[in-house]
Amino acid sequence: MRMIKRGSISRSKALCIRLAAAVLSLLVCAIVIVAITKQNPLEVYAGIVDGAVGTGRRLWVTIRETIFLLIVAVGLTPAFKMRFWNIGAEGQILMGGAVSAAVMIYLGKSLPNALVILLIFVSSALIGMLWGLIPAYFKARYNTNETLFTLMLNYVAMQIVTFCIVYWENPPGSNTVGVINAANRGGWIPPLFGTYGMCVLLVAAVTVFIAIYMNRSKHGYEIAVVGESQNTARYAGINVKKVIIRTMMLSGAICGFAGALIVSGSSHTISTGTAGGRGFTAIIVAWMSKFNPAIMVIVSLFLAFMQQGAIQIASQFGLNENASDIITGIILFFLIGCEFFVNYRLEVTIKNSPKH
Amino acid sequence: MELIITFIQKAIGQGIAILFGATGEIATEKSGNLNLGIPGIMYMGGISGLMGSFFYELGHQNPSPGVGALIAVVCTLVASALGGLIYSVLTITLRANQNVVGLALTTFGTGFGNFFGGSISKLAGGVGQISVMTTASAFQKKLPGLSELPVIGPVFFSYGFLTYLSIVLSVLMFLFLNRTRMGLNLRAVGEDPATADAAGINVSAYKYAATISGAAIAGLGGLYFVMEYLGGTWTNNGFGDRGWLAIALVILALWNPLSAVWGSIVFGGLYIIYIYIPGLNRAAQELYKMLPYLVTIIVLVITSKRNKEEKQPPASLGSSYFREER
Repeated sequence: MRMIKRGSISRSKALCIRLAAAVLSLLVCAIVIVAITKQNPLEVYAGIVDGAVGTGRRLWVTIRETIFLLIVAVGLTPAFKMRFWNIGAEGQILMGGAVSAAVMIYLGKSLPNALVILLIFVSSALIGMLWGLIPAYFKARYNTNETLFTLMLNYVAMQIVTFCIVYWENPPGSNTVGVINAANRGGWIPPLFGTYGMCVLLVAAVTVFIAIYMNRSKHGYEIAVVGESQNTARYAGINVKKVIIRTMMLSGAICGFAGALIVSGSSHTISTGTAGGRGFTAIIVAWMSKFNPAIMVIVSLFLAFMQQGAIQIASQFGLNENASDIITGIILFFLIGCEFFVNYRLEVTIKNSPKH
Repeated sequence: MELIITFIQKAIGQGIAILFGATGEIATEKSGNLNLGIPGIMYMGGISGLMGSFFYELGHQNPSPGVGALIAVVCTLVASALGGLIYSVLTITLRANQNVVGLALTTFGTGFGNFFGGSISKLAGGVGQISVMTTASAFQKKLPGLSELPVIGPVFFSYGFLTYLSIVLSVLMFLFLNRTRMGLNLRAVGEDPATADAAGINVSAYKYAATISGAAIAGLGGLYFVMEYLGGTWTNNGFGDRGWLAIALVILALWNPLSAVWGSIVFGGLYIIYIYIPGLNRAAQELYKMLPYLVTIIVLVITSKRNKEEKQPPASLGSSYFREER
């Protein structure tokens, strides 16, 4: 048996392979859940659906998780298309969230709400930009390994957030910040058609912007060329260093903005769990979607749906909600693994046994 | 003096889990695989060892510490090797992107640890807090006699067997990589798989072996934390970011297992130094905890700036190898 790289693959065939992987992953998830809860598999699936969209509130939570995952994946897209391994989204989200909380705490009670929200958006994007600029500068200047650099910056950000939590803690000694401005809702993104409607609109706007930026602008073209080959880019007269720094600033800014949406649009507080692993999961979402925003929406929705379903089942059985991470992991393994069958085909050759 | 001895002891205590992870990750990275799943694998190793000994103690009236410890070690090795196997199948055979697979594995492994850590007592029929004191006592047993010596006793001989095992493993790893034919082959695979392939080295076999055994070694770090450090209990997310520190330590040690030994103690010291600096409030303590990461970043920048060949990551680190794609 040997593997052959496919020259091309028809869209429908690739789709079939990916669907098959998704179905397989669902089967394995069900087997795992059934093994742990000893429930009828059909009831397990019903429980997942109920947990994800069973009530209006649950539906909104699933939508919220989808858009938060989506915006981070969208934010990572320019960097990854450039083959810049920005593993630092987690830290960029945390920094954006921390700055948003700061604006809410210090200005949320005195300034008009629209102005506060505007300040939150601008400042969170700026800090995310800075958090992306630092590794990009060293990558451009000394070719410092960006995977490891951005990874380390996550934990620097984590400690800064922990510092802020202790500094702002309310009530004192609780080690949490509590809901900020619960009374006047200063700096809270107002609801629109429902709890998170405004966030949905904002994420949609950013997604459309990035889709256009990547596919229709000169910048997007430069990013694609640098990602394919830095030498080609240089030969074509593209200033590679400039593109790396500019792109990472954009990527960081969107991830920082995602932090603002999470804090100001949903949790209204800051904690070490504000990013909650989305920065990592989103990398996988972006990569698997081949940077196609439409597919990112589907993958994010699929993951959020299964996570919320798993959380619901776990709480039904008095189990721990980390079950959702196991489910996410299993789904991701299958979706990642199936790409092999999209890119390669297997050919079975039967060896002729030598004649005596 | 007393304070310094305690500090060194505690620094070593913090460093050992990281050292296991780093030794395993060095073996893995030398084969060209950047396994970012190590933090998850360490969670898997820790909880599996705990679960193995937990069910053993639950089923026996008079559990023996030695048997419990053996079961714990075996469970840990099997579970973390399985984690390494998942990573290997996806990246080596299926040629998936290493960073993506590693991060998915960390999500999975951390969830695996926290889920079973938080649910195991419920799954076993509501026996309350899980605690395996008997087994943990085997892990915490100090060297008799030697540990009572003044100064030398607490600094060198006051630890359980996993601490010494971690250092022995690092030394063995150094000798293996630098003094044996197989170690040379492994490094060749990590530097330039195509050349290694042409020289008749089985690239896939080396990558599989290094990644799986590296994962098994890293898993012991989780077990060390659960058994010797925590004394046989579990707290969710208690292991914290030590897995990422292990990956940071690989950089600090510049891919040399011997440097990882002292590096782990430095990291352990940096991790807890806030306790020993007088006059810090709780908020400032949190800022001191970022020191290990800042030091790693500085090392990363300096080595990339100097650009010395022998101090770089393995050349093929992060990319998968397909023979027909040269």
